[in-house]
Amino acid sequence: MLPAAAFLLLFLAYPLGLGVYLSFTDARVGRAGSWVGLENYEFLAGKNPLWDFFAIISNEVVGTKYELTGDPVFWLSVFNTLLYTVVASALKFAIGLYLALLLNRHMPFKAIIRAVVLVPFIVPTVLSAIAFWWIFDTNFSILTWMLRSIGVLGEKEVINYLGDPLNARASVIFANVWRGVPFIAITLLAGLQTVSPSLYEAATIDGASRWQIFRYITYPLLTPIIAVVMTFSVLFTFTDFQLIWVLTRGGPFNSTHLMATLSYQSGILGGRLGDGAAISTAMIPFLLAAIMFSWFGLQRRKWQHGEGND
Amino acid sequence: MTDESAFKPAAQPAPPEARTQAKADHREGMEHLETPLSRTVTLWIPLGIIMLVLLFPFYWMTLTAIKPDSELIDLKTTNPLWTWNPTFKHFYALLFETEYPTWLWNTMMVAIVSTILSIMASVGAAYAIVRLKYKGANYVGAAIFLAYLVPPSILFIPLSTIVTSYGLYDTPFALILTYPTILIPFSTWLLMGYFKTIPFELEECALIDGATRWQILTKIILPLAVPGLISAFIFCFTLCWNEYIYALVFIASPDNKTVPVAIVTSFTDGDVFRWGSIMAGALVGSLPLVVLYTFFVEHYVSAMTGAVKE
Repeated sequence: MLPAAAFLLLFLAYPLGLGVYLSFTDARVGRAGSWVGLENYEFLAGKNPLWDFFAIISNEVVGTKYELTGDPVFWLSVFNTLLYTVVASALKFAIGLYLALLLNRHMPFKAIIRAVVLVPFIVPTVLSAIAFWWIFDTNFSILTWMLRSIGVLGEKEVINYLGDPLNARASVIFANVWRGVPFIAITLLAGLQTVSPSLYEAATIDGASRWQIFRYITYPLLTPIIAVVMTFSVLFTFTDFQLIWVLTRGGPFNSTHLMATLSYQSGILGGRLGDGAAISTAMIPFLLAAIMFSWFGLQRRKWQHGEGND
Repeated sequence: MTDESAFKPAAQPAPPEARTQAKADHREGMEHLETPLSRTVTLWIPLGIIMLVLLFPFYWMTLTAIKPDSELIDLKTTNPLWTWNPTFKHFYALLFETEYPTWLWNTMMVAIVSTILSIMASVGAAYAIVRLKYKGANYVGAAIFLAYLVPPSILFIPLSTIVTSYGLYDTPFALILTYPTILIPFSTWLLMGYFKTIPFELEECALIDGATRWQILTKIILPLAVPGLISAFIFCFTLCWNEYIYALVFIASPDNKTVPVAIVTSFTDGDVFRWGSIMAGALVGSLPLVVLYTFFVEHYVSAMTGAVKE
């Protein structure tokens, strides 16, 4: 017990506290800072964070040009993070659930197919991100070649996958979905396998359609595990760093900067530890919300299984 | 194929209904409700597309790694999806002209040492939480779960100041000591699940026979929890191998870098990316994990789903 506790206190709880403390100082690399109170937050989030929050959403979605009271890059990163998390998680969930349902059916080579599906999850993220980097290369992309050979693109046309803000966002979201789907599919598959086949047989005899079977049997029984899996997925998408850093480094024009990459850029590369710490501390409220969600998902599961307070 | 189907009715004079009936006996579950056509449309086609998308980056990675340089940037005269002139030049360059073996060795060493450290710490922690029913054990368990949800992207800034002040910056120890913060919560959580399944009576018998707590742990619990230990071990190893942000922040000199970090920064000649070598590096870097995975598929899946289910 002790070694684990010592480790966690020293390298997890202490840094967490230190991070919050640093965010109230003007520390730089190699120099302990002095207490500046909420100055970092004020610089980043502005005098009126709520206004800034809605202003950036309106600026990005509708194209209005509201002035922000805080740091526009910070608010852009908040917007990007939310967009990235929501879109990628929704896609991962939809495709993951669909794939899990497919894999749950009887077919030859079931074990091999299931094993192969998980490979994108096993290979280190950075290394598969590098493969995507090459696939998304502007001039020599294989995707461009494919689109040309089926005649969608002209001979000289190229797609600037990572150089155009909209394309870059779509590309990183695609890469994230690609990597996240296997995890969700395989964990949901484990949940599906606990659903008794006799329920499906009974429903079929009662004349239920495929959709009804899914909606009224599979989905309710799967809800608890979906809640947990999606919490994990949202959490890791929200704090993603590797994929973005390898593919775009936050560019073009900061359009793919997430809060994690921005805090690395200003905290470590820019040397303003205080600022960086403030950005990463600003992620905590969102994470807490996700954890609360998971907590209630877990409780619901216990309630379904009729267990006591264990 | 066409000939065969043309002759089939003659060879099998039985009416079509009887044939489907006879086939249905060999199928499982409710499959007999499906026709081969609907099965193709609803199962094989979507599954095939998803698998293709999931696996294509690996095919492309491998192909790029064995293609000669001239073919890499030639999308016009040759078909980029295949090569007739495979070469091992890129692998050769990787292994003998760069420091790649050093990086591989660094990654391996850091991963193994921090995995072993974390497993030892987690065994103690998990056993203490599950069996020594002290006050607040449940809270400690919950705290461990919460610790699992704290992402590295919040911790790296404060940790970097800690690592620097302990004088660990740019040494392998910076990674060996920080990785367990990710690994311990996960493996403790996993092992708690395994320890709970071991019947308490076994331990009581041992206690009556005069065994000490330590003897119980090493002679009874651990041998029974071997599958759990393997799961925890390989999953921790994978997580270490995967880790990027700590390695990026805490390590500066090329001699101490790990594969994921080194590969992104080290393979550019000025502005020119040496894609062949980059892909070869990514491939070789993923290989140990993929080999490990093929031997322990079941353990991976149980580690993944176990962590979510508990």
